[in-house]
Amino acid sequence: MDRRVESLSVEPGEEEVAGWGRHPVGRGRVERPERLALPAGAEPLVPRGLGRAYGDAALPSRPGGLVLETTRADRIHSFEPATGRLHCEAGLSLAEILRVFVPRGWFPPVTPGTKFVTVGACVACDVHGKNHHRDGSFGSFVDHVTLCTADRRLVECGPDRERELFLATLGGMGLTGLIVDVTLRLRRVESPWIVLETQGMASLDAMLEGLRLSATHWPYTVGWIDCLARGADLGRGILMRGRHATQVEAGTRRARRAMPLRVPFDAPEWLLNPVFVRWFNRLYAWSHGTALRRRVVSYDAFFYPLDAVGQWNRLYGRRGFLQYQCVLPRAAGPRPVAALLERLGVAGAASFLAVIKDCGPASDAYLSFPMEGTTLALDLPNRGAVTEALVHDLNATVIEHGGRVYLAKDAVTRAEDFARMMPRLAEWRAVRERWDPGHRFRSAQSVRLFGDAPA
Amino acid sequence: MKVAIVGATRGMGRALARRLAERGDALFLLGRDEAELARSARDLEARGAPLPVGQARLDLGEPAGFAAALDAADRSLSRTDALVVTGGLFARQDELAADPGRLSALLQANFTGTVLLCQQAAERLAARGGGLICAFGSVAGDRARRGNYLYGASKAGLAVFLDGLDLAYRDRGVRTLCVKPGFVRTAMTAGLPVPPFAGEPDAVARRVLAAMDAGRHDVYAPGVWRFVMLLIRALPRAVLRRVQF
Repeated sequence: MDRRVESLSVEPGEEEVAGWGRHPVGRGRVERPERLALPAGAEPLVPRGLGRAYGDAALPSRPGGLVLETTRADRIHSFEPATGRLHCEAGLSLAEILRVFVPRGWFPPVTPGTKFVTVGACVACDVHGKNHHRDGSFGSFVDHVTLCTADRRLVECGPDRERELFLATLGGMGLTGLIVDVTLRLRRVESPWIVLETQGMASLDAMLEGLRLSATHWPYTVGWIDCLARGADLGRGILMRGRHATQVEAGTRRARRAMPLRVPFDAPEWLLNPVFVRWFNRLYAWSHGTALRRRVVSYDAFFYPLDAVGQWNRLYGRRGFLQYQCVLPRAAGPRPVAALLERLGVAGAASFLAVIKDCGPASDAYLSFPMEGTTLALDLPNRGAVTEALVHDLNATVIEHGGRVYLAKDAVTRAEDFARMMPRLAEWRAVRERWDPGHRFRSAQSVRLFGDAPA
Repeated sequence: MKVAIVGATRGMGRALARRLAERGDALFLLGRDEAELARSARDLEARGAPLPVGQARLDLGEPAGFAAALDAADRSLSRTDALVVTGGLFARQDELAADPGRLSALLQANFTGTVLLCQQAAERLAARGGGLICAFGSVAGDRARRGNYLYGASKAGLAVFLDGLDLAYRDRGVRTLCVKPGFVRTAMTAGLPVPPFAGEPDAVARRVLAAMDAGRHDVYAPGVWRFVMLLIRALPRAVLRRVQF
């Protein structure tokens, strides 16, 4: 606890910089320009969007390092109503895209579990969503990216030009250049509503089978599972599948104005204790039962339930939390998924609920996270060395079965472990060296995983 | 409404122009940097402003160009019915105190230029039956602070002018709105210590829009500043001295 307080002694002109998990915490000189450009000189910097990456992806490489926050560069250059092509600055958020374009019948083609992310970050993390099994990741809908490279040149890249740079930029965590502009294709929707079906699942096998069967007919699928259920109940949870409602299904319903909720201060660490979480998860499962339910919900309720509670990350107390997300290849079967859940059960690492989802084929991008198989995401309250050890343990299982972890969530994975997870890491490094030999784009994460010098 | 706006490329002006665009108001952008004006014009078009969003060069430091700029807005909008001025200059007190050239430029833009522009526009609007003038003062103009009185003076002078403009022209159909933002998180205030009640540009924009529609003559944003400034204006000078205000 005291170690953290010490690290917070922020110099003038600097501020505290942390990911959404609030661990680790760094400090940096944060610039928030309204027009994106690289400063003259060669000082290392890290681009940052809305700070929703959980770990150290958008933390400066050294205390007091330069952070370029893109959120004020949020202008739309053009929108083609015939095709849904949106050309915009990288700091535009999905929340703003939704606010402006949903009333006109357009939706982001891929969205992560929060709408408070910038388009630039969606590219840099090659984010995925509940439709990955059908549509792939964000990069599949990106026609073209304008980068400001380390030498301050503007370079256009896309599937058909500077393709290697494009593939290194998708999922490249902002380390190939500053993403200035993006062209993406929005999806046509008939209404802002989602037809949602939910069904209780009694076991992991049932959940995986439910996801598999739903995948053929439903564009969006996901499961919530109770990580604390053990034995025969392992993997128990609720399967959710959704699709955009037609105008007829939506009818005349009007959006209700949500009550703005916000966690006002850091919760005490005993709040999310294993007993409380166990009972919460049981109640959540019981309250649903095993029946199939069908209803029409708002897109906010379906895609962004946690966005309704501002600063929900404070629930984990001042030491913050680690989010762990991995994917295991389909070929490995359900066993390693069960092994991970069992390991978490033994550790008693209280997580509210874990998210499980089947992914479709991997993209060509070198560091893109998803691969055909099953992904699991869960929160681990930060208890220091114990929690880190647990992550390394989970990673060992993931590596053994040919899986990988998601850099947008990661804060502690070791460089050697990450190298074992990413078969195309060397190709990515080669492209990065070509465009940024001095590693001007550098983060706490790239120091940890790619061996960059801190300063 | 058909609105000519100075300062729509940045900060609160950008947010306000977007809110106007989203409800379908026709816009014409005035400012110094033509490339930036074009970028914001495309942004506003994509967000719902009637096509095209035109633009012309206007520098608050060069009053000689005002008539031509207002003519261009009138041509593009086929008669403007509102002028919004969010643009202005800002610098820290120590920078202004040390550099008379910089201070002069700030006074020129925030006071002289804005007054000349609004006066001219009010006359035009009155001649054709009425309209709206909206300009941005600041809570810094409500009472002098030792650390901010040079910028504050430019905004205090502007506030008196706008108050008078409203009194003089309302009978002729021209309403005047003086916006007094408190500390708002924008690129203009980057690097300054963030005080309590700091606002966001979009929240300010929504408040200003509501005040425009309601025909108010002044609005504080965030709203709490009206009461804060009421209190601060009432404080005896001796107290201000003691607390190093």
